[in-house]
Amino acid sequence: MGKEAFPDTHHSHSENTYLGFWIYLMTDLIMFATFFAVYGVVRNNTFGGPSAKDILDLSYGLVETLVLSTSSFVCALGLRAALTNQKQKMISLFGLTFLLGITFLTMVGFELTHIVQSGYSWEMSAFLSSYFTLMGTHAAHIVIGLIFMAVFVAQVGFWGLTDVTKKRMTTLSMFWFFSYIVWIFMYTIVYLIGAQ
Amino acid sequence: MNEIFGRLTIDAFKHDLIEASVGVSILIAGAVMTFLLTYYKRWTWLWKEWITTVDHKKIAIMYLIVSAAMLFKGVVDAGMMRAQQVLSVGDSFGYLGTEHYQQLFTAHGVAMIFFVAMGFVAAFINYFIPLQIGARDVAFPFVNALSFWFFVAGGMLLITSLMIGNYSGVGWVAYPPLSGIEYSPGVGVDYWIWSIQVSSVGTLLTGINFLVTILKMRCPGMSLMKMPMFVWSVVVTLILIIFAFPILTATTGMLTLDRVMEMHFFTSGFGGSPMMYVNLIWAWGHPEVYILILPIFGIFSEIVPIFSQKKLFGYVSMVVALIAIAFLAFVVWLHHFFTMGAGPNVNTFFGLMTMLISVPTGVKIFNWLFTMFRGKILFTTPMLWFLSFVFLFTIGGVSGVLMSVAPIDFQVHNSLFLVAHFHNVIIGGVVFGIFAGFTYWFPKMFGFKLEEKYGAFAVFFWVFGFLFAFIPLYILGLMGATRRLDHYEASTGWWPLFAVAAFGFVIISIGIGFQCLQLYVSYKNRKKNRDKTGDPWNGRTLEWSTSSPPPFYNFAHTPEVHDIDPFWVMKEKGLKEAKGNYEKIHMPKNTPHGFFIGVLSFLFGFAIVWYMWWLAIVSLIGIFVSLIVRFSDRDTEWYVPVEQIEQIESKRGK
Repeated sequence: MGKEAFPDTHHSHSENTYLGFWIYLMTDLIMFATFFAVYGVVRNNTFGGPSAKDILDLSYGLVETLVLSTSSFVCALGLRAALTNQKQKMISLFGLTFLLGITFLTMVGFELTHIVQSGYSWEMSAFLSSYFTLMGTHAAHIVIGLIFMAVFVAQVGFWGLTDVTKKRMTTLSMFWFFSYIVWIFMYTIVYLIGAQ
Repeated sequence: MNEIFGRLTIDAFKHDLIEASVGVSILIAGAVMTFLLTYYKRWTWLWKEWITTVDHKKIAIMYLIVSAAMLFKGVVDAGMMRAQQVLSVGDSFGYLGTEHYQQLFTAHGVAMIFFVAMGFVAAFINYFIPLQIGARDVAFPFVNALSFWFFVAGGMLLITSLMIGNYSGVGWVAYPPLSGIEYSPGVGVDYWIWSIQVSSVGTLLTGINFLVTILKMRCPGMSLMKMPMFVWSVVVTLILIIFAFPILTATTGMLTLDRVMEMHFFTSGFGGSPMMYVNLIWAWGHPEVYILILPIFGIFSEIVPIFSQKKLFGYVSMVVALIAIAFLAFVVWLHHFFTMGAGPNVNTFFGLMTMLISVPTGVKIFNWLFTMFRGKILFTTPMLWFLSFVFLFTIGGVSGVLMSVAPIDFQVHNSLFLVAHFHNVIIGGVVFGIFAGFTYWFPKMFGFKLEEKYGAFAVFFWVFGFLFAFIPLYILGLMGATRRLDHYEASTGWWPLFAVAAFGFVIISIGIGFQCLQLYVSYKNRKKNRDKTGDPWNGRTLEWSTSSPPPFYNFAHTPEVHDIDPFWVMKEKGLKEAKGNYEKIHMPKNTPHGFFIGVLSFLFGFAIVWYMWWLAIVSLIGIFVSLIVRFSDRDTEWYVPVEQIEQIESKRGK
């Protein structure tokens, strides 16, 4: 390590943030892994209530997946615009990401409400508890992602694309991709396996 | 009223005499503090210098203060339990109600693990990691302050339960279904959940923050294999934290959902699985005990070479042993419940892994002993703690290996034998290590040395007190006494041994008395004991190359290292550190948002405990607002001007 590479200069700050954020995402992944493991243990413990097959609609889940993956793709384009200093393009792309995120969240909201209204609430069985917890935790991530997307895009609007705002857009995108990847596991483990 | 106060009613403030006296004394202590701060006009000082600080050294001192207060609480709990067990035999039922006793052993465990051991270790990590790697700060100073205030918020929830409502009475790991809403309908378990949930978020953030600090901010020349052994032990600890704590967050989260949302993860009906909780909590819990002990191994690896005046024996094998322990820490969790009945194959696997983990631990013990071999040993207080540690920790380790044999564990499971075992490794290991590190690093943190004589007395009373207090528990355990016992029949013949154990507690108390006396006398003689050089022990690592206490920017010049023990080598070669030619230094600015978020997360936890949903929502929004305000602050750093550095450096050594 040369002397130039020593900390407390500005550019190495973002390197620290990226490493720190990767590690944070890993801890979040372990938390999700715990929830998935628990789901794996109790998914057949329906206690006379419905099983995954009875409450999940594969094609509805597929549409959700497509919405979130489009959102993730647009987010990547937005990040590219941010890093190449195209402010207006970035703002509109992240605007689209945001709208797709809201759409996804609304779809999840409808899905869960529909299940509860069919008389299958989380209080019925360990399987339903676990399903609602997985969906809820994932939805909470989307909500947090949306809040900070609004804040950071507004910061880009006010301050322009500085080192700091670029760093924030990058970590935000990492978080958004992460939430998307977790959803892929959700669709595979909960929907695809459950529907069999 | 229910909308506003949830299930909080006036009854929550009513307690019996003993419980009330604790609450009243806390309130009096708070009032006295408030009075003193007002009388000496220190509020602004407190706010500017401490509460809003992002200086890792000041945060470390605050960790020390909070942990010491919690240690006091934990010790008082222990004394009360010992007294109860002496008095409550046969026809006599002692002076504590059963429920109060249950809360005592739960609170004792939680306070000692989460707020004393973790707190002291966090203090040492905060203070000495940046100094030992030659950095001026941590990677994320604001996050560091935030971690601390989460820790305080968790501790405050535990303390609040003494005054408003009550604490959990179901043991420090709260097994369901007992900890479920059906069998524990009160607020106790909720207090337990939120006191550890909030503080463990802080721990997790500390883990990420310091891992990045160590990986990215080491001074030029310090490659991984040139890091001091304390830094290595902390790296491994942080990795354990990063892997283990998310499991705790998820597990206590699910227990909350069971209790509040009437879910069925761990209930005994509706397809829930209580044993799944036990697996999950120990998948965090066993790595947790290594999270406690590994930094202590690091502290001893600093102390032994210093006071043997010799290089640490087997540096590489020490690193390998640490990594091996970290790996094995994740594959032994089932030995906490061999009696679950997972079958001989599973039990044998976990038993073997448990035996295996004693090998790298043994390697470390032998390396320390070989470091001492042919060294010029100075029997200072830290070294006395180390020698007592070797003696007691080895006994504790051997009793642990004994219990890794599943058939033996079936005999002593949940007996006082187990209690004796883990106190043997936690007091003999973690606590003695904390005291050793405290005495060793005290001059660096406060600028003067502690009086040796009182330290030696303290070691003596602690060691003998420990033997008196816990050897009887081994015997009692073999005689069939279970843990968490608040009453037993006279015909069991256990009373004499319980009396000896209580006597041991008295001896330990004398040791604690000597430690308080040591602090007092050393403070009184602080002029005489002043450490002007910054290097009172003939140190080997970088923290000793700066003044005691270090300036807020740690090092006027960024150190450059070429060897293990860089400061020692520098002294050997007769090199002097560079003076003059200072450059301005980039430092973070203070911020109150760590404190705000801490207060809000306390309110959030408190609100959920009492079902005050509006307060939970308001405080959660408050947390986000505080974060967003912090993110919108563009003025978070400043440059220390050269004149100020010159001024501070010119005062050095005077």
